[in-house]
Amino acid sequence: MPDASIVQVSPVWALLAALLLGGAAVFAAGLDGVLVSRTQGRLLLTGVRMPLVETARLLRQRRRSTLAADSLLWRTGGAGLVVVALLMVAVVPLGRWTLADLPVGVVWFNAMDVVVWALVWLAGWGPNATHSLIGGYRFLAQALAYELPLMFALTAPAVAAGSLRVGDVVAAQQGLWFVVWMPVAFAVYCLAVVGFSFWGPLAPAAGVDIAGGVLSEVSGPDRLLVQTGRYALLAAGAAFAVPLFLGGGAGPLLPGWCWVLLKTLLLLSAFVAIRRRLPSLRADRFVEVGWMVLLPVVLLQVLVVALVVVGRG
Amino acid sequence: MLESVLFWSIAVLAVASGVAVFRVDSMARATYALAVSFVAVGLALLLVGLDYIGLIVVLMMVMEMAVMAVYMIMFMGMNPALMPMSMVHGHRAAVITAVGAFVLLAAGALLVPWPQRRGTPSADPTVALGEALMGSKMLVMMTVSPVMVATIVAGIVLASHRTRYDRLGDDLRRRPADDPQPGGVGR
Repeated sequence: MPDASIVQVSPVWALLAALLLGGAAVFAAGLDGVLVSRTQGRLLLTGVRMPLVETARLLRQRRRSTLAADSLLWRTGGAGLVVVALLMVAVVPLGRWTLADLPVGVVWFNAMDVVVWALVWLAGWGPNATHSLIGGYRFLAQALAYELPLMFALTAPAVAAGSLRVGDVVAAQQGLWFVVWMPVAFAVYCLAVVGFSFWGPLAPAAGVDIAGGVLSEVSGPDRLLVQTGRYALLAAGAAFAVPLFLGGGAGPLLPGWCWVLLKTLLLLSAFVAIRRRLPSLRADRFVEVGWMVLLPVVLLQVLVVALVVVGRG
Repeated sequence: MLESVLFWSIAVLAVASGVAVFRVDSMARATYALAVSFVAVGLALLLVGLDYIGLIVVLMMVMEMAVMAVYMIMFMGMNPALMPMSMVHGHRAAVITAVGAFVLLAAGALLVPWPQRRGTPSADPTVALGEALMGSKMLVMMTVSPVMVATIVAGIVLASHRTRYDRLGDDLRRRPADDPQPGGVGR
């Protein structure tokens, strides 16, 4: 069922998409700065300025290098995160407009989030340093735990819509948003977004116990790219949840594109806010949780969705 | 025109990174050169209009290479994987086999009189693929899947040095299990 209301726009608009994604990343970094300032009892303005100050600091910082580093792979891993986040938002419709109206948009998102596996491991491998490599392997262990639940969480809306096209998934939520009747899939999806951005409770890959892990050796502009990539991934994950679970551009009064941005920023704020509220989940523990709890639960969710779809005929 | 340019750049990238797999001296570079080669093949499938299969190739191959990095440490030990090393074994035999296979396949592709196309491709190849897998080929898939899962499980069981008797004791009654690394669910 092709949805006539989704229009594919010219690739030139990718610039606007990049600007919006960058804006969302700066917003997330600023919000994180504000939350830090509040807990430390400093002026909130210090927090708002934090992304700017950090950018200026890292741009002027000299690049530190390590012995026998594999620079090609290291730089690829660091710079790739931003690219992947951009490719993810290419299939997210902004109200009526989308950059790429792929018939298999949901699979596209999935393929992109798997590329993060490779990038983070490469970022850990590149500097030829112990803590960094341990961080890379921690991320792979964590990824093995969240990826299959994420795949089935992505399957649930696609099954309900009967299509892998993101526009069709939005159209199928006209009556009722998917988040209402597939909350488990939504929760698992959010957990996985936090996971592939190695953020908050799922950031042992960059944990303080291993001196920053994959971030331990990266400095200067490279570090800026990696950090921007993390925030951009978090933002892209929040943006993709909107057409998938939160009804896309549906909402009263405001136009569709406005609602998409609003919902994205709200979910992104929630992701940022949990950073310092939850304890770190160790990768070795999380693997068992992923396979013994998340996977069966999300499979049951897909079963329920499939039964509802069959029941409706 | 644009499609031809795209196809040829992807094709050259696929072959070049395939060659790079055997030219580099680091396991990480070889692994990801292979991944790039497969991603290029996946993109070529996108050009043919097989969106689903193309993206699944990208997804599976990148994931597979990342998992290979896990196996590299699990079963090879740290040292050989982390040191510069040659990526070829049995150099002469491998070269002869590879060139022979290439010549055979290329000759076949060029010399065989290809039949004319009968019928037209489905409007939605993804749906057609799903119907083929879940319809007429269902029996094959249902047979192949358990065999593949059993192979994976058997491979891990054979490779692992700990058995359930090590975990749960001789009478399999020890709770919680004695694991070097406690899991997160408290089994």
